[in-house]
Amino acid sequence: MKLKSYKIIKMSVLAYVESFKGKVKKNAFEIVSYSSELAKKLDTDLVTLVLNVNDTSELNKYGASKILKVTNPNLDSFDAKLFANVIAQAAKTTNSNHIVLSSSLNTKYMAPLLSIELDAGYLSNVVELPSSLSPFTIKRTSFTNKAFCDSTIDSEVKIIGLSSNAFGLLENNTEGLVEDFNPSLIEKKITINSTEKVSGKISIADADIVVSGGRGLKGPENWNIIEELAETLGAATACSKPVSDMGWRPHSEHVGQTGKPVAANLYIAIGISGAIQHLAGINSSKIKVVINNDPEAPFFKAADYGVVGDAFDVVPRLTKKLKAFKA
Amino acid sequence: MKILVCISHVPDTTSKINFTEGDTVFDSQGVQYVINPNDEFGLTRAMWFKEKQNATIDVINVGKSNTEPTLRKTLAIGADKAIRIDSEPIDGSFVAREIAEYIKSNNYDLIIAGRESIDYNGAMVPGLIAGLLQINFVTNCSKLEIDNNTATIEREIDGGKEILSCELPLIIGGQKGLVEESDLRIPNMRGIMQARQKPLEVIPSSNSSSKTKSIKFYKPVPREEVKLVSPDNLDQLIDLLYNEAKVL
Repeated sequence: MKLKSYKIIKMSVLAYVESFKGKVKKNAFEIVSYSSELAKKLDTDLVTLVLNVNDTSELNKYGASKILKVTNPNLDSFDAKLFANVIAQAAKTTNSNHIVLSSSLNTKYMAPLLSIELDAGYLSNVVELPSSLSPFTIKRTSFTNKAFCDSTIDSEVKIIGLSSNAFGLLENNTEGLVEDFNPSLIEKKITINSTEKVSGKISIADADIVVSGGRGLKGPENWNIIEELAETLGAATACSKPVSDMGWRPHSEHVGQTGKPVAANLYIAIGISGAIQHLAGINSSKIKVVINNDPEAPFFKAADYGVVGDAFDVVPRLTKKLKAFKA
Repeated sequence: MKILVCISHVPDTTSKINFTEGDTVFDSQGVQYVINPNDEFGLTRAMWFKEKQNATIDVINVGKSNTEPTLRKTLAIGADKAIRIDSEPIDGSFVAREIAEYIKSNNYDLIIAGRESIDYNGAMVPGLIAGLLQINFVTNCSKLEIDNNTATIEREIDGGKEILSCELPLIIGGQKGLVEESDLRIPNMRGIMQARQKPLEVIPSSNSSSKTKSIKFYKPVPREEVKLVSPDNLDQLIDLLYNEAKVL
């Protein structure tokens, strides 16, 4: 491992941002916005680590003043242990005591391994900047979004896993100094036999808007109204637990306490009554709209906007109106 | 094949969440405790390995004696032996270190944990154990097959899934998909009777280090009442979403 002309004396904040096919992922901008504010609070510098990204200039807009760039085709596919080791090398080289990570599935997979490499305390699902630096106290969600918790990290090196859409974007234009970094790569122990991505569809994790259907839709054959609304909004589709249990929709669409968490800007629930486990899973979404023909559905108590009406009547008309609105 | 399933003892998914002692402690009054759902999917998959591939199943929990009914339930479902490390589970780092110490002196081929507990949601215990013991680790594991010394695993990824393979020993973070909801087992009378005779070992804590502390809890601020829009006036809904909520 050699670092050319990269000298940092001060402690730094290290932000690790993910990339896909040569570009940083969308969540990178939130991670950099947050990390840049954290660095200000700690009166230190921010170093942003990128793996196999061609153009990093977009990150500068959110305060990425120093970029540590690794280019190595062996890092094109994700391996938790290998990535944790690379990030640990970057943290040690840059003397970083605070490492900021996203809440993507890959990053949450890798974070505990990184925590062992750096003997660091790690907190996931963080939603704010630290409220105190000594002791280092930070707010996170717990009880599957039914509560928040102030937690301290008591170790010298700290890893912060930021919840998606919890902090937002903060523009902070800066010049970006880019340095190459060549970590040594450990051997992979886990083989990827195949990868299957649903193409042409937005994943629940990446979506700003999620349109979700429940038992009220009566059967899988009626999902076209959900899909058309989602397509109009550029949204991901999701479903409630009974719907995935009955096999109407794949498990990957099940959101709720034992399914996927949703932290979208807009969550539209159609024909979902709003069981406590479902609400827990979607609670981190900013705005919730519920469409249900039962005015007593518990979801109305958890929603921002509601329409009491028949989904088969309301949803197609809403889609049509949204199409006109978008045009 | 020797399997260890890590069991977290958590409030039932329907529980109302409240706090006590100045919002510093979870209020367990009137709360029903269950096997953490992600752990139960793993335990049920372990039962398949026991029945089809002659595996033995130990279960382990870090907790005080109040977690024993949950451990007895795992024995009634079919685990062979339970181990309780007698300590409050301080944080994920503490729990992982305690369990890793136990594993060091009791070799296992496969360790199954849940991808996360539904109470503290740290999502770190299996990964930390893997890091401490330097063994293979896959989380968000939605399918698992073992053939001799090789595991084939389906892992959920953002927007899809991938199929992985690796050698044992292995630790996984399990979730739904390992088995279906309908495969979960309700202990029958025979299982419950047998569970009383099965060993439940209580061992002292190895006084591992913790790295974080939960110091204060909050419940979300009660939200404003829902704004109802007439189904005959969907333009108003679009207007509210665009101008008021600013999400379109």
